[in-house]
Amino acid sequence: MQRIPTLEPMVPSGSEPRMRLRWLALIERNFALIKRYLGWEVVFVFYNIVNALCIAFIGVTQGKGHVMYLVIGALIWGFLSLLFHELAEQVQWERWEGTIEYSFMAPLHRLTYLLGNCFYAVVYGVLRTALLLGVLVLFLGLSLRGANIAGALVVLVVSGLSFIGLGLIAAILPLLSTEKGSQASHIFEAVILLISGVYYEVDVLPRWIRPLSVVSPATYTLRAIRAALLEGASFKELAPTILLLAGIGVVLIPAGFVVFSLAERWAKRKGKLKRSG
Amino acid sequence: MQPIISCREVYKSFNGGTLFKKKKPVRALVDINFDVRSGECFGLIGPNGSGKSTLIRILSTLLFPDKGQAYVCGMDVVKKPYRVRPLISRVSVDAAFFKKLSAWENLRYSARLYGVPLKLAKERALDVLAELGFPTKRFNDSMEDLSRGMQQKVAVARALINRPLVLLLDEPTTGLDPRSKREVEAYIQRLKSQTELTIFLTTHDMYEAEHLCDRVAIIDKGRIVALDTPKRLKRILARKRGTNRVSLEDVFLELTHKEWVEDVEEDETDKKD
Repeated sequence: MQRIPTLEPMVPSGSEPRMRLRWLALIERNFALIKRYLGWEVVFVFYNIVNALCIAFIGVTQGKGHVMYLVIGALIWGFLSLLFHELAEQVQWERWEGTIEYSFMAPLHRLTYLLGNCFYAVVYGVLRTALLLGVLVLFLGLSLRGANIAGALVVLVVSGLSFIGLGLIAAILPLLSTEKGSQASHIFEAVILLISGVYYEVDVLPRWIRPLSVVSPATYTLRAIRAALLEGASFKELAPTILLLAGIGVVLIPAGFVVFSLAERWAKRKGKLKRSG
Repeated sequence: MQPIISCREVYKSFNGGTLFKKKKPVRALVDINFDVRSGECFGLIGPNGSGKSTLIRILSTLLFPDKGQAYVCGMDVVKKPYRVRPLISRVSVDAAFFKKLSAWENLRYSARLYGVPLKLAKERALDVLAELGFPTKRFNDSMEDLSRGMQQKVAVARALINRPLVLLLDEPTTGLDPRSKREVEAYIQRLKSQTELTIFLTTHDMYEAEHLCDRVAIIDKGRIVALDTPKRLKRILARKRGTNRVSLEDVFLELTHKEWVEDVEEDETDKKD
C-alpha cells in the first residue's frame, strides 16, 4: 500500500523547525481580509474622507481659524476610534466568520493573539490617517507653520496606548454576549465621541455630562494635540499630558489583558466561545 | 501504556436563557469515562444533540467541564491548555474558514498560528489535498467559491499542517456529496492504517463508524451507553435478538431510542430516588 508522504514520520511538533513571530499571523490575515473586501474598504475610506471634508468645510464657513481645529478633531478621532474599533471587533469578526474556535484552540498565547491584533490596528490606523491627512491638505491647503508636529505625534502615539487598553476591554463584550456585545461596544465608542471634545470644547457640554469628559483619554489627547499644532506648545508644556496619557495606557493595557482572560474563562464555562452567524 | 485521551467523570450542563429570562439547565454530558489508546481510531456516535460536539470542544480546550477531568497525553485540558494545543487538531462539521480568503491564505494563517514554516506548510497541504483529490489549481480560490466537499478537504489539510498527535474529527463527512464523503473516509482509513495518529471521530453515520473505528462509544442523552468494538456490540445485540442479521445501526437504534429531554432537576430527582 502507498504510504502517505506528508505524515511520515509522525513526530511530536516539538521536534520540528518552528517559526517565530506568530503574531504576524494576525497582521497578515487582517491585511489579506482588507484585500479581499477591497470594495467595502474603498467605500469606508471614501465615506471617512467625505465626512472629514464636510466637517472641515463647516470650519471654513466659521472662519479660517476653525478649520484646523475641526480637521485635528476629525484626524485624531479617526485614528483613535479605528484603534478601538479594530480591537473591539476582532472577536465579533471571528465569530461571524466562524473561525473563533479555530483561532482560540491554536497554540498561540492569548497575549500574542491580542498583541498581533493591536499591532495591526496601529499600522492600519496610521495608514488610513495618513491618507486622510493627504486628502485634507490637498483640498484645504492646510499650513502647519509654527506647529510642534513632533510633539503632536508623541501625544498621539502615547494616547494610542490608552485606546488599545480601552479596545481590549471592549473586546470582551462580544465574548460575553454574541450580538449585544458588539452593539454595546458601538454605544461605548459613541459616548467617547460625545464627551471628549472631538469637534468642540467640552465646556459646551451640559453640566451633568461634563464630568465624564474627565475620564476619557481622548479629551487630553485632543487638547494636547491642538495645543501642539495650533499654538506650537513645547514638549515641556505637553509633558504633563504625555505622562498622564502614558499612565492611563500603562494601567489600561494590562487591565485589558486581565479582563479579557477572565472573560475568556467565563465564556469557556458557559459555552459562549463559538461561532455565530 | 498511558492513554492518549482520557475522560474521567466528565459532566457538563448549559444554562439557557439570559440574565432576565432563565431557562432550565440542560445536561450535555453526564459522567463520561473512557480512554483512547495511542494510534487508535475511536468513534463516538450518537443522535443530534447527544453531546458529541460538546465533548470535542472540551478536548479542544474550548470548553470547561463542570466536573471531572479530560486529559490529552496525560495533560489536563483545563489546567494545561497551552501544552495540549500543539498536540491536537480538529476538523469540525462546519467549514470554519475566512470565507473571502483563499484556501492557501487560510492555510497560511494556520501555519503561522502553529509556527510551521510556510514552505513546509505549503508542501504538506498540497500533498494532503492531492491525496484527497482536491484540484490544486483551486488552491488560490476564495473559500466561498469552493464546494462544501472541497472546503472540508482544505479543513483536513489544515488539521494536518502541524502534524498533530491527536486528530479530533467532529462529523467530518456530514453534508458532503457521496464522492467527497468517500474520499475523506478513504483518507481517514489510510491515516489510521499508515500512521501513528490517534483519531477521535464523532459521527452519526453508522457505516463510517463501523468501517473506520477500532472501538465505538454510543452516547445518548449525554451518557455513554455502550463502548466496545463494532463487532462485539453487534454480537451482543444479535445474541439478545437471537439472530445473526444485526447491523451497527440496529445497535444504535436499540440504545438511543429515548427522547432527549432532560434537565438537572430530573437528575436531582434521580439521585434522591
